[in-house]
Amino acid sequence: MIVALDLGLVFAVMALGVYISFRILDFADLTVDGSFTTGAATTAALIVAGVDPWLATLASVGVGLVAGSITGLLHAKGGINPLLAGILTQIALYSINLRIMGRANVPLLRADTILSPMRDAELLGTPVSVLVFLGFAIVLTALLVWLLSTDLGLSMQATGDNEAMIRSLGVNTDAMKIFGLALSNGLVALCGALIAQYQGFADIGMGIGLIVAGLASVIIGQAIFGQRTVLVAAGAVVVGSVIYRLVIQLALTVGFNPNDMKLISAVLVVIALLLPQWDVVRRVKARRQERLDKLTVPYEEPEVATTGEEAQR
Amino acid sequence: MTQPKLELSNITKIFYPHTVNERIALKSFSLTLHEGDFVTIIGSNGAGKSTLLNVISGVYRPEAGTMRLDDRDVTRLTDYQRARYISRVFQDPMAGTAPHMTIEQNLAMALARGLRRGLRRGVSRAKRERFREELSALELGLEDRLGVRVGMLSGGQRQALSLLMATFSKPEILLLDEHTAALDPQRAALVTRLTAEEVSRHGLTALMVTHNMEQALQLGNRLIMMHEGEIIFEIDAEAKAAATVPDLLAEFGKVRGAAEALSDRTLLG
Repeated sequence: MIVALDLGLVFAVMALGVYISFRILDFADLTVDGSFTTGAATTAALIVAGVDPWLATLASVGVGLVAGSITGLLHAKGGINPLLAGILTQIALYSINLRIMGRANVPLLRADTILSPMRDAELLGTPVSVLVFLGFAIVLTALLVWLLSTDLGLSMQATGDNEAMIRSLGVNTDAMKIFGLALSNGLVALCGALIAQYQGFADIGMGIGLIVAGLASVIIGQAIFGQRTVLVAAGAVVVGSVIYRLVIQLALTVGFNPNDMKLISAVLVVIALLLPQWDVVRRVKARRQERLDKLTVPYEEPEVATTGEEAQR
Repeated sequence: MTQPKLELSNITKIFYPHTVNERIALKSFSLTLHEGDFVTIIGSNGAGKSTLLNVISGVYRPEAGTMRLDDRDVTRLTDYQRARYISRVFQDPMAGTAPHMTIEQNLAMALARGLRRGLRRGVSRAKRERFREELSALELGLEDRLGVRVGMLSGGQRQALSLLMATFSKPEILLLDEHTAALDPQRAALVTRLTAEEVSRHGLTALMVTHNMEQALQLGNRLIMMHEGEIIFEIDAEAKAAATVPDLLAEFGKVRGAAEALSDRTLLG
């Protein structure tokens, strides 16, 4: 179970990346499946070649940034549909990943990685490693929340919320999307690099279906905690990632076949997407919202025409 | 008079050129605005009024003609580059604000119109004070709700907020695209009053498209009537002060086809 906590917190890095593309930019970015592996492959190949593991990890962030920019360029400059742009980059990355690694699997077991100190002290999978990864996730979340509260971050949020409006205020929304997708995939690649070092190998198939895990984290977390502010929304993503890993771990413990995990992931996401639309849940939520409004809003006009839109999101 | 603020010369905008659906929306259109001019534009549907605003704001690129702003040629600038000088209020109250962001965040984005957006705090304490002041001028009680998401506001409140966002950063040119058309009469009157106040408070140069002739006469110092991409009638401040809705209708009547194109709403408006 502790390993699930470890993994949940490391995968939270990827989930934060998915949060940027999926929620902030309103862009379902399928590049993730490819860029995650690219991050892992880059780090593994560099470490095996004798590069310092910290540098190798940093390099995968750079590669992730590039991968995201390519999807961004295809969409923003080439006018290609977001899903298709992501798929194209993802498929292209498959070949690139094989080129980077030279083969389908690169083991890192005897190599020196950034997690070696903890591995040698037998601290991985203990409360100590959980605390370390938790600290890392908190720092990243704080950085992201800060970034989104700056002038630049506000423009990025508005790009996903009302593109025509923020363009009319002088923001180059194409550049904003490219930047956001780069950032998102940089985080995803960083996560890939960490996972490769955690499990001790990079594999060509390790990214398959990962976007679903990312979406599951975002959707589950935000279904529970909501997204009233960016801080709540981003924190919810981290918790969502941990919950997702725990559920998967639980499913394995009760005897589900590991091969069924992708199916279980998909079903989880579907449930998390459908549940909020269910009448009972909606009514409870509306009541909660009403109470919050009474607390926070001293003045309300008699006709409120647009509240329905808020509830739907 | 001093040099013109905004100068459109021979602007031609064609939709679907070289196809059977080809339509000339603006026909060699020229218009000059001086500092402080507030021009209202009326015309039947399809007269090219909205196209004109979209060309000025840079959303549409004209096939021919030039546009100068304060003696700079801005014809080749994109919409987001022109945003530094030109601000806009849309017809749809939902279009001018970001619904999932708070009132203060929306205002902060508007305050940074056309500026470099860096890593400074979007909503600082000083800015928040300023927003509170600006909002209290609207007298809608919004100054106490800075942290509320804009999606929670009514259409009238959102449009008033859009108007404030478009004006308080003092743009060179303000474009109003039927910005009261989607509101009920009471809210429309409110936004119309706010428009007049904000424009005179900041001494803005403005262009307003409207279907409401009374509003067209009530606001601004010049009025132009458009039909099929051309100006067919124009009056200045003096004549405008004396003009009435029947006068305008009579002018419409002179254009064959235009009178039939007027909707009931316009006549009642």
